[in-house]
Amino acid sequence: MNIHKELSDYRQELSACVRCGACQAQCPVYLATSKEGAAARGKLVLATELLAGRAELDAEAMRDLSLCLLCGACVHNCPNQVPTDAIVSVLRREISKKRGLGPLAKGVAALTANPRLLGSLVRGAGLFSPLFFKKIPETSGLRLRFSPESLKDRILPPLPSRNLFARLPERLQGQPDKPTLAFFAGCTISYLYPEIAEATVRVLQHLGYTVLVPRQQGCCGMPALSSGNGELLKQLAHANIAAFANLAVDHIITACASCGAALHQVHQAQQVQPGETGQNCTSFANKVMDIHVFLEKEGCLHTLADLLATTTATTQRIKVCYHDPCHLKNHGIIREPRALLRVLPTVDYVEMDGAALCCGLGGTFSASQPDLSRTIADRKTAGLAASGAELVASGCPGCILQLTDIIHRAGLPMRAVHTMTLVLAVLEQALTTKAEM
Amino acid sequence: MSTLNEHHLQALRDIVGTEHVASSRTDRLTHSFDATQQHCMPDVVVHPKSTEEIAAIVQLAAKHRLPLLPRGAGSGFSGGALPVQGGVVLVLTRMNRILEIDTNNLIAVVEPGVVTARLQEAVERLGLFYPPDPASKEFSTLGGNVAECAGGPRCVKYGVTRDYVLGLTVVTPTGEIIRTGGRTIKNVVGYDLTRLFVGSEGTLGIVTEIILRLLPKPAAKRTMLATFTQIDGAAEAVSAIIRGKIIPTTLEFMDAGAIGCVRDLPGIDLPADCQALLIIEVDGEPAQLEPQLERIIELMQPLGLLATTIAQDAAEAEALWRVRRSVSPSLRKLGPNKFNEDIVVPRAKVPEMIRALEALSQRLALPIINFGHAGDGNIHVNLMVDLQEPGMEAKVQAALTEIFRTTVSLGGSVSGEHGIGLAKQPYIGLELDQPTLAVMQAVKTALDPLGIMNPGKIFPAESRLALAHDETV
Repeated sequence: MNIHKELSDYRQELSACVRCGACQAQCPVYLATSKEGAAARGKLVLATELLAGRAELDAEAMRDLSLCLLCGACVHNCPNQVPTDAIVSVLRREISKKRGLGPLAKGVAALTANPRLLGSLVRGAGLFSPLFFKKIPETSGLRLRFSPESLKDRILPPLPSRNLFARLPERLQGQPDKPTLAFFAGCTISYLYPEIAEATVRVLQHLGYTVLVPRQQGCCGMPALSSGNGELLKQLAHANIAAFANLAVDHIITACASCGAALHQVHQAQQVQPGETGQNCTSFANKVMDIHVFLEKEGCLHTLADLLATTTATTQRIKVCYHDPCHLKNHGIIREPRALLRVLPTVDYVEMDGAALCCGLGGTFSASQPDLSRTIADRKTAGLAASGAELVASGCPGCILQLTDIIHRAGLPMRAVHTMTLVLAVLEQALTTKAEM
Repeated sequence: MSTLNEHHLQALRDIVGTEHVASSRTDRLTHSFDATQQHCMPDVVVHPKSTEEIAAIVQLAAKHRLPLLPRGAGSGFSGGALPVQGGVVLVLTRMNRILEIDTNNLIAVVEPGVVTARLQEAVERLGLFYPPDPASKEFSTLGGNVAECAGGPRCVKYGVTRDYVLGLTVVTPTGEIIRTGGRTIKNVVGYDLTRLFVGSEGTLGIVTEIILRLLPKPAAKRTMLATFTQIDGAAEAVSAIIRGKIIPTTLEFMDAGAIGCVRDLPGIDLPADCQALLIIEVDGEPAQLEPQLERIIELMQPLGLLATTIAQDAAEAEALWRVRRSVSPSLRKLGPNKFNEDIVVPRAKVPEMIRALEALSQRLALPIINFGHAGDGNIHVNLMVDLQEPGMEAKVQAALTEIFRTTVSLGGSVSGEHGIGLAKQPYIGLELDQPTLAVMQAVKTALDPLGIMNPGKIFPAESRLALAHDETV
């Protein structure tokens, strides 16, 4: 049983491409390579020819299909919304099916299907942190997400000794009259940046919500999607549905833009075949909501503003800019994170040049295309430097990892943080001040 | 013309480097199309980086009689970038540097692969302005804009690409590097080769450097949407505004068919009896704009004007533009195959042209959706059909021929801004008489004696040309 669509299911979408070229305008890979095979239009021509049996998956076709961050910029800019990201994912799955998984895809599979392995790798790594990646064996899966070449001089976060699930209880009680929410963490947050999850659920708790953090949740599926592992994608989808199915919650909150996008893409009705699994998938996907969107929709920005009203004079102000994760921006989530930052009284928000430029990480893209990933990343440097900000906030742990690397390589006097980490810091500072008064 | 062999490929690799020569089936496939959605396979795709590399490639092509053509973003609507005879496609997107922005002389010097909107952003940061704004400006290249003499909504006030090109560096079809025009507004030394190359659709040479004229950026802009009970009123309003001695920055129109495509979209709110609309922009000193808009409303009032909405900020202006921008993507609802023509008639003939199009649409029972740059008489005529229907192809050809005949009889042109390329070849003879075409062909032969530069474009094969011309007699 394959719950996912195949290339032939996209016949109609493929014919909707009118070859106008609009996909070139925002494609980070096209802008870095200036080659048509990198842009969506080139890939769609290729997909159409493959479907018609007039083309073969030669080395160049595989190369072109690897030149995609799955960021969704082309879909967002397409006059006919042709789902190139989904079509590239399908093609990558078909490549794996025909040729077997590549070493990268195997590494992804070993890790993401087995949270315990990922967890234990990270626990062990704590001893060597921050040199963790250099200490693990060449064959280890986590390495594959960041290839040896891309690791050269890459700055990595000091790895936490305890992962998210060792740090947070499964249920954080809020006020009885407030709704209960579930939190989907994702691998990067769970194992590299558990403090982002902590910040997110603590802020929600301060706002009165009860938050559930199901232990059985797994990987969102983005690396499997990106590396073309259909079998794994199916496993992960079932595991996550099972982990969240019996929770009486209206919303499943994410603080990782890529997890949010992957959960939508993997579980959306368009991607899965009809049937019971399809319905469960759809209802799961419909509940997933980015934390910034949730806070704005629920009117929490006003509540936060009230909670923060007493802070100001004594505390030092900090200049902050914001980087748009592709997986928020290309889903139209641009205003909400900025609105949140503007609520923080000790933050001087500045808009940086090139805020919407991709950071170049793209999940496994940085491992399969390390040089290109850095070329894309380097387009951010000038804007970051000119902003004069001390912090660049963002809504995706992957972007934060990459921004940290960009900042480090350019020697900029700034740090990258998650918006929620910043919100919690400001909030706790305010509450401490209040308590002292 | 000869076919490409391994020896030629090696010579190309020696010129630009192995990684910039692509001859696999996949690489050829991904460079085999443009926005006409037709496909022609090139033999090799080359990404050169400099004028000198291009000159060497052209010399090679000339020596071995290989067809070649330049390609920018491949976003043209007339087939200019289709390698109909195969050969070498020179993709100029790596040559994407803005070489100079001279704020003293209001000049920009660019390579052909610079994307139009990127130049506009760069000069606007310095308080300057590059007006031509084709709908594809976010991805089309300036080289492509020069080759097709691109237009856009702002051309009604500011003119088209040719009005901003002061000078060019060109690699001729024999591989010579020549320089036309220069850095001054005035220049009458010899023939105006700059104008000859602008709009030459890559058939006379490859432009490798462009000197562009810039303007100071207008201080302010206002946007207004005006709705009408009938297309006649809106079409008359265009003439009335111009007659009233106001030249708006943009003067776009949509007919009832175009309105029907977008009326139900979220965020679009148009009066129920609105059968035509205009989007009007004025720019200049802020204080001048309000009186101009008032005067325009006054001129439109007797012409069946329903309502006017003036945007109060950039977001509101964007919302008004959304009405117009939503048309193209939503056309597919009416039929899977689109014939997008860009006829142009003298401004005062716009009402007559629109009436003729409506009559034709009814007579042939074909959906014809009209919108576009009414202010300069440039109407985008879209026939939305399903070519799978029996007899449809012939019906479309009959309709197009009639549309172009009417256009020419009103003193207009069969293409305002897309070019002839491949798509409009059958109709060039409706507009240009034989002696005129002969002069153009003499120019082509003089510059490209071997016929290697973008062969098969603009001029139809002899027999078709004669036929098209006979029909007009």
